[in-house]
Amino acid sequence: MNFQKKNKDLAGSFFITSTKVLFGFLVFILFLILAKITYEGIGVVSLEFIFDEPRNNMTEGGIWPAIFGTLAVTTIMVVLAVPIGVFGAIYLSEYAKDTFLTRIIRTAVNNLAGVPSIVFGLFGLGFFILFLGQNIDEILGTGLIWGQPCLLWASATLGVLVLPIVIVSTLEALNSVPKSHRDASLGLGATKWQTIKKVIIPQARPGILTGTILAISRGVGETAPILFLGAAFFLPNLPVVDLCIGDYCIPMINPAEQFMYLAYHIFILATQSSNPTLTLPLQYGSTLVLIGITFLLNITAIFMRYKYRKAIGRI
Amino acid sequence: MKNTKILTEELSLYYGEKQALNNISMQIPEKQVTAFIGPSGCGKSTYLRVINRMNDLIGNVRITGKVLVDGIDIYEKDIDVVNLRKHIGMVFQKSNLFPKTIYENIIYAPTINGIKDKSKLNEIVETTLKQAAIWNEVKDRLHESALSLSGGQQQRLCIARALAVQPEIVLMDEPASALDPISTGKIEELIHELKQNYTIVIVTHNMQQAARVSDRTAFFYLGELIEYDSTTKIFTNPSKKQTEDYITGRFG
Repeated sequence: MNFQKKNKDLAGSFFITSTKVLFGFLVFILFLILAKITYEGIGVVSLEFIFDEPRNNMTEGGIWPAIFGTLAVTTIMVVLAVPIGVFGAIYLSEYAKDTFLTRIIRTAVNNLAGVPSIVFGLFGLGFFILFLGQNIDEILGTGLIWGQPCLLWASATLGVLVLPIVIVSTLEALNSVPKSHRDASLGLGATKWQTIKKVIIPQARPGILTGTILAISRGVGETAPILFLGAAFFLPNLPVVDLCIGDYCIPMINPAEQFMYLAYHIFILATQSSNPTLTLPLQYGSTLVLIGITFLLNITAIFMRYKYRKAIGRI
Repeated sequence: MKNTKILTEELSLYYGEKQALNNISMQIPEKQVTAFIGPSGCGKSTYLRVINRMNDLIGNVRITGKVLVDGIDIYEKDIDVVNLRKHIGMVFQKSNLFPKTIYENIIYAPTINGIKDKSKLNEIVETTLKQAAIWNEVKDRLHESALSLSGGQQQRLCIARALAVQPEIVLMDEPASALDPISTGKIEELIHELKQNYTIVIVTHNMQQAARVSDRTAFFYLGELIEYDSTTKIFTNPSKKQTEDYITGRFG
């Protein structure tokens, strides 16, 4: 018997080496981008920069209105898109039979994720503003409020954009719950809804949460769809309205206002400002903040997934 | 023979065009252990799942004939399947505990039945775990994950979970097929204990197991009930050639 190596697996080692090199290159590029932005931006970012408004033709000051606008838009986006996405996915996965129609819906959901985001922007303009908004205004007879670009329609459009992400990740999470657990629950005399509520959703929760957070971080980074939907060039006052019950008032996001948006703000600073060279440090600072927000969201997603998986004993 | 608990008359079952059960008539006695044996694909598990209507969950299943439990036709239109399954517990081939604590697994069915009282739930947990002869092993770790138990313990916990709704019938689909001999022995002892209070129907691939635990044995082959008699008769003096061939290991 001879156990010594004879022919080396040449093709295999070539494949592994070239893959390693390519991945190294990718990581290197990512590192370069992050390093450059951090290096140039770190000096600009301060509490003042974050909580101040842009001043002096946007060549000085901070980015708080843009951060607030981003948070406001994504909050409403989540409120609109996540329930629809999650319940839609539950319907598709647990209730819908495998018919021609549901197959079309599934395919449509998957394809929706591949539609260029500018198309969503045009859709939002056409459907939400020109159709829904103008009709609402006409019916209510209050003049032009909803028939123009505003925060609500921007959120709704981003909601449609991230819907496939929420649906697909929820579907995956639901599918990962073993059939044997459904059998166990139904065999114990639980109804279908009790099974979904008490067995399936608790196990799918990490996946649903991850999908939600990925959707938020996608929404935060989008620029194109909100171009027509109320993202303002410069708007120092926040889209806030006081909601009063008697004498007691709480400030709320005003969905009828226009707003500044962080990703859009960077685009404006870089291309539309009166002096793009002068705003360069601000661009780096804003970009660093934007990357910081998405990074934080992704870390939260990973952390939550880990925590929930541990809680249900999969790790 | 004791009172009849489950009775089927000319039961046939089809998956689409394919016939899985052919004209089966049998009586399953109360508070005894009835074992179903036969080679894979012979219809014994399908028949088991007819009794608590788990086959309903698969689309495209058609049934003809009658299935009576306590004299009531369970395939009548006015039967509440969810309610039916509360009276007929089921234990599956592989442990399918929920990724929750031992305590939460046991109280799952009682809470969906609306029991909220904490002390009542505690009582249910203790009595069912004692019935399933696993109380001493888990009493100090009720609030740990059920998945931290060994395979055999998990399967006995599944049995305990099925008992928590106080069913009258317990269906077991090869409950010990994935277990080592010692765990299997414990399950068999448990089945022996349980038959004092429950009607037990068990599907098994293991003929020695059928001989050890059951009072009556049914031999299925290709969707037909070939022979059904007392276990002693089936294993010592079967009246059909096919049964004899199967139990002596000549085929299957």
